[in-house]
Amino acid sequence: MATVEKKPIPLEFEQPLAILAQNMEALEKQLSDNPELEGDLERMQDQYNSLKRSLYSNLRPIDHLAIARHPQRPYTRDYFSTWDPGWVELHGDRKGVDDGAMVGALLEIDGIKMVAVGTQKGRTLRDKQHCNFGMPQPEGYRKALRLFHHANKFHLPILCLIDTPGAYPGLTAEEHNQSQAIAENLMELAGVTVPVVAAVTGEGGSGGALAIGVANRILMLEHSVYSVITPEGCASILWRSNDKVSEACQAMKMTAKEILQLGVIDQVISEPLGGAHHDYQTAAENLKKAIVAQMTELLKLTPEQVRKDRQDKFRRFGSFR
Amino acid sequence: MEELEEMDLKDWFASRQKRKEIQEVIKQPLTTDEYCALWKQCFQCRELLYTRDLRTNLDVCPKCDYHFRVGALDRIEQLADEGSFDELDADMRSSDPLTFFDTEAYVKRQDEATRKSGLREAVLTGLCRIDGHEAALGCMDFGHFGGSMGSVVGEKVTRLTEAALERNSPLIVVSSSGGARMQEGILSLMQMAKTSSALKSFADSGNLYISILTEPTFGGVTASFAMLGDFIIAEPGARIGFAGRRVIEQTIRQKLPADFQTAEYLLKHGHVDMVVSRNKLKETLARLIAFHKPAPKVAAEKKVSGEPSAAGRT
Ligand SMILES: [Zn+2]
Repeated sequence: MATVEKKPIPLEFEQPLAILAQNMEALEKQLSDNPELEGDLERMQDQYNSLKRSLYSNLRPIDHLAIARHPQRPYTRDYFSTWDPGWVELHGDRKGVDDGAMVGALLEIDGIKMVAVGTQKGRTLRDKQHCNFGMPQPEGYRKALRLFHHANKFHLPILCLIDTPGAYPGLTAEEHNQSQAIAENLMELAGVTVPVVAAVTGEGGSGGALAIGVANRILMLEHSVYSVITPEGCASILWRSNDKVSEACQAMKMTAKEILQLGVIDQVISEPLGGAHHDYQTAAENLKKAIVAQMTELLKLTPEQVRKDRQDKFRRFGSFR
Repeated sequence: MEELEEMDLKDWFASRQKRKEIQEVIKQPLTTDEYCALWKQCFQCRELLYTRDLRTNLDVCPKCDYHFRVGALDRIEQLADEGSFDELDADMRSSDPLTFFDTEAYVKRQDEATRKSGLREAVLTGLCRIDGHEAALGCMDFGHFGGSMGSVVGEKVTRLTEAALERNSPLIVVSSSGGARMQEGILSLMQMAKTSSALKSFADSGNLYISILTEPTFGGVTASFAMLGDFIIAEPGARIGFAGRRVIEQTIRQKLPADFQTAEYLLKHGHVDMVVSRNKLKETLARLIAFHKPAPKVAAEKKVSGEPSAAGRT
């Protein structure tokens, strides 16, 4: 699996920490000539640790967003290859297009065979273009739909990994009926008779995320976000301003913890301190454990029960008087 | 969630008044409100139309066939047989699950929306007859909160679908919406899945769902129940899509065709079954419903009961 080769790139809110780390490094170099600095370094280390703890325990919603969008964050392919190094990739919608933003796979995790789909962001520029920055075209959703039907036919559970800014807003996307592609996935995924587990690993961007999110169990990584519209879109429409993104993040209640409180998701998966990009292995292991546990439970249900469980879950969502 | 406000007539008159032309035209000037109540300007051909005439023509411009937006109440009047509409969940109102506040509190925006539209929410649902056929009918109203879908719209459409399924009657939903309602956050998003899931059960039951797309239908509504009809009908000139025109232009940095995302464009690209003028809409619905009515049970029963007495059996 692709491990983090470089040191994690610090985010804006992590700058104080990065500066402190730099100072410590500089001090360490002088240590051999000036042993009396030993005490200073120790004090600095304590300062660093307590700053780190307080920084990560008081994250604002927009900080979670920054971590969720971190360029070194593990992506769908990273998880697939950690969990099952021999995973088989499945391409194409069978109708003319293979959308790089949606990855299809056969996976075997802890002895459970499953069909998996996931949105994929790119790492290098070329890769990003191939994946369209994680924004599927209608053909990507139709690829996923084909695989949902395959899973249903062979009684295989379905895993969906969500990390997308949203469905692609483009000319051909509209011409090829993006709305219909999403709507059909919502309807068909509601009706499959095999277990469906979805996990938001990064950004859960609106309908483009939900199109692979109609699941019996929905998990979110600790720093991932899930929202009805991008915070940028929300800020520009409601505040008519581009610098109210932080306010929009806060108002929409888009962090994993808040969405758990709203009863929409089932579980928040903890990440290594600072975010999944600090330690791919631990992040992947935590998520795997939760997926396996949820699937094991769901596999005990009959096909009718598992469909009813999912439809009943979504039937309850809403708040009115 | 694009802003699709029509040019406000009041603004139009205000600008005319500024140019002091109106005083010359009208010797005893009416107030702007009075004037607006009597006259409406066609957004397409700019003709000034007498409001009463426009109404008898189902809010379609007699000169150029421009289809004005129609509110939910008028729409029901146009489609349901007179006096047959029996409203469901009339009292259901939004709550404020996120205690949402942008530049104003969501609860305050809700009250404003109700004052402006006279409606509690952006959809009216009920059971009715259409040319004598029983049907479950939902009509969205863009005039209420931009027709946006929050918990109430999702719940009412879901309950309407369930009511139609229970009665084995056709389901008809007239959509008009800017998309999901941001002020209810993730719960609004989940309404897309909730309505689609209910429609899955409805589809499995073998009953007919007709979706009517009207000016404008976008975002989470298009990407859920509005696109899931057995038949999808669009009104002439209606703008329909997933993403708004401006968002797409900003993303792809190129000019879009003039007719992009219009009903006619959708027809050309195979997204809708037909584009139907408003004055033909009711008869089209009646015809489609009649066409899909199961054959009368009596005939089927006769066949079965006739079997045992078949000649030649010993
Ligand atoms: Zn006209």
